[in-house]
Amino acid sequence: MVDGGKGKRPLQAVLLAIAMWLIPVGIVMMGMRKWFPPLASEHGEGIDFMMNYLLLTIGALLVVGHAALGYFIWRFGNQIRPSFRMASSKTERRWSVIPVVLMAVIAEGWILVLGLPVWAKIYAEQAPLEALTVEVTAEQSAWNVRYPGADGRFGRIDPMQVTLNDAWGVDRSDPASEDDLILLNEIAVPVNRPVLIRLRSKDVLHSFFLPHFRVKQDAVPGMTIEFWFIPNKLGTYELACAELCGLGHYEMRGLFLVLSDEDYAA
Amino acid sequence: MEAATLETVQETHHAPTGFIRRYVFSTDHKVIGIQYILTGMFMGVIGGLLAMLIRLQLAFPEASHPLLAKLFPDGMAGGVMKPEFYLSLITMHGTIMVFFVISLVLIGGFGNYLIPLLTGARDMAYPFLNMLSYWTIVPACLIMLASFLVEGGAAASGWTAYPPLSAVQTAVPGSAWGQTLWILGMALFIVSFTMGGLNYVVTILNNRTNGLSMFRLPLTIWTLLVGSIVGLLSFPPLTAAAILLLFDRHFGTSFFLPAGLFFGNTVLPNAGGTPLLWQHLFWFLGHPEVYVLLLPALGVILDILPVFTRKPLFGYRITVYCLLLIAVLSMIVWGHHMYVSGMSPYIGEFFAIGTLSITLPSAVIGMNMIASLWGGSLRLMTPMLFGTGGFGGIFLGNATTDIQLHDTYFVVGHFHFMIGGVTLFAIFAGLYYWFPKMFGKMLHEGLGKPHFWLTLISFYCIFLTQHFVGFGGVPRRYYAFNRFEYMEPYSEWNIFITMAAFTLGAAQLILLANVLWSLWKGRKAPENPWNATTLEWATPSPPPHGNWGAALPEVHRWPYDYSVPEAADDFMPQTAPEAR
Repeated sequence: MVDGGKGKRPLQAVLLAIAMWLIPVGIVMMGMRKWFPPLASEHGEGIDFMMNYLLLTIGALLVVGHAALGYFIWRFGNQIRPSFRMASSKTERRWSVIPVVLMAVIAEGWILVLGLPVWAKIYAEQAPLEALTVEVTAEQSAWNVRYPGADGRFGRIDPMQVTLNDAWGVDRSDPASEDDLILLNEIAVPVNRPVLIRLRSKDVLHSFFLPHFRVKQDAVPGMTIEFWFIPNKLGTYELACAELCGLGHYEMRGLFLVLSDEDYAA
Repeated sequence: MEAATLETVQETHHAPTGFIRRYVFSTDHKVIGIQYILTGMFMGVIGGLLAMLIRLQLAFPEASHPLLAKLFPDGMAGGVMKPEFYLSLITMHGTIMVFFVISLVLIGGFGNYLIPLLTGARDMAYPFLNMLSYWTIVPACLIMLASFLVEGGAAASGWTAYPPLSAVQTAVPGSAWGQTLWILGMALFIVSFTMGGLNYVVTILNNRTNGLSMFRLPLTIWTLLVGSIVGLLSFPPLTAAAILLLFDRHFGTSFFLPAGLFFGNTVLPNAGGTPLLWQHLFWFLGHPEVYVLLLPALGVILDILPVFTRKPLFGYRITVYCLLLIAVLSMIVWGHHMYVSGMSPYIGEFFAIGTLSITLPSAVIGMNMIASLWGGSLRLMTPMLFGTGGFGGIFLGNATTDIQLHDTYFVVGHFHFMIGGVTLFAIFAGLYYWFPKMFGKMLHEGLGKPHFWLTLISFYCIFLTQHFVGFGGVPRRYYAFNRFEYMEPYSEWNIFITMAAFTLGAAQLILLANVLWSLWKGRKAPENPWNATTLEWATPSPPPHGNWGAALPEVHRWPYDYSVPEAADDFMPQTAPEAR
């Protein structure tokens, strides 16, 4: 490399280099804290693993990027004349391969290897037969919940018959309706048993978000969407709406109780 | 022969003398560019103030602010912000910032001002269309602002305007007249952008001066070209969608409305539509729009770098190819906004792969930027400071594909970091860099530096913290975080973010003061204050009507000839003939 000659390092270069070095330190310190809500579902481990993988790799890229930027600013900040040889197009190509390979491995490769099985488990696999089915119909600021009752069958419903008193439009003539249990803003499930949620909405978009279970699914009017997961930790958790649904969006709170088998039976 | 006639015609076409033709309804691209920038900055002040109100509410939910009650007798009656006002704020903040600030300043402003100057043209290809494009955006801005005054307030369904919330008038107060005005404003915006975009593409392809081949174009021009093409291809679907939404709202159609919608104790008569259609159409525009804004921002930064390192850019051609690749990929990734929307999960995998592919060319551009510093002689003037600040965002753009994070503050932090960060810093960098050319006055360095530092620090504080809060599962578009126990631990972080946001807002006052002071008393700018090579610096500051004197400049080299060994100066303007 040609000698560029050194002058006094300007204050701006010093400050900027230090800033670029301190920023990743701050980020790593922030990143070390515990941010995720404690996990309470089986498939959530896969998601958390993926998330940690991304945090580590992308975090490392961020640290390296900022550190390199800081170093370049420090090193060349006091150079009077440029000291470089014109990069040949061969050099340029060679260097460009590095980020391509790096990103192809980190992003394309491992994310797909790690991510696709998790995705497939959530969406492609049928819910096990012993799964408990719970119907949830969202409406502006509330979660309507319905259990099939002892007979294990849901009564017929007709969305055209919905009234203010009956969020479901239950068909009373259907005998399967008789033992159906209807709750508001509360879902109780037994621990370690798969839960299948059949999600609908009767007005606008909502999103069924259980942060502790790593579960999120939009409720779309006109569609019936099913998904399942296995809660594996006892406790009372919160159900939030994650798709803007109107004035009460911020207080559309439900409770999700994971009970022991005995408690659930009672 | 024909060229000669054209030349004579343009020379005899003198600058208009009347005030109105000269400064208001002007067809001069420089005046229009400055009009765009000023309009965008004005909208930026409004969009920024909306953000301050949002942050105020999030840090101190439901607190009383008697002073603000006087300002907004409706939305803050009794001093406490109403939820409907809050939803209008977030909707309009997003809409204004994305479509009426960044688009206006970066694409409309810099694009109009720079394209003819950097390509050696006398004006845009269609000057009248250009004027029309600006005067279409003005009513669009006014309509958006006026929507705060109508019954029910401004649109409140988020900047994404998902139906049924946006389609059913009784779903939320803002969905009454506010949403209709929002649709009209957006439609006008797209009309304006289409006129502008066509003009850009034609000008760049046809009106380049002698010797300026495509691979001698500065990257600002390349990115504007690619951005305009992407915009032209992706915006029209939203116009269509907006019209369909208008019909659903006012004429009883059911494009986005399925059967069985229950509002206010009646079942609506609609049947047969689906809300997902809107999401597809919106994001078919929405995601490419991100690149329409992002690419020119990168172009500006890439062009400023060589000037302040005094060395050529690293990997110019590769960067161009990456830009083209990003443009193509950007058109097929919209579905990553819809992973949990109810769309088929198998399509989700396709979009995930497409989205991840975009990181490859983006990472190459990022690497080229950093490598361009190597061996340079860094001059950390204000444009350069802002240029370097823009890098940081690139690294964060990579983490996606998550169920947990969807619609949380991670998303908010992420797009603010990318769109807000890269474009905002690029706009500032561009402003400090080209201000002397535009107004013939230098901006004040002493004011530029504190502006940079305050912006940089508060920016990282706000938007990085939001990433982490998002990890905690805190959802976006919440009026307050005090109804859920699991969000409690984040209330202190929210106060922190708000403080940083106020700092960021206040820091922009320095810029405002700088602009005003410099216009009035700034140092007079020479023709080429930065010793730069590109064409705009080969004409007086500010350039005369028609840009160039009697003859158009002739280009002999690429735009990054800094510190070439055989040259006497450390830079060779593009107009300098080849050494014999």
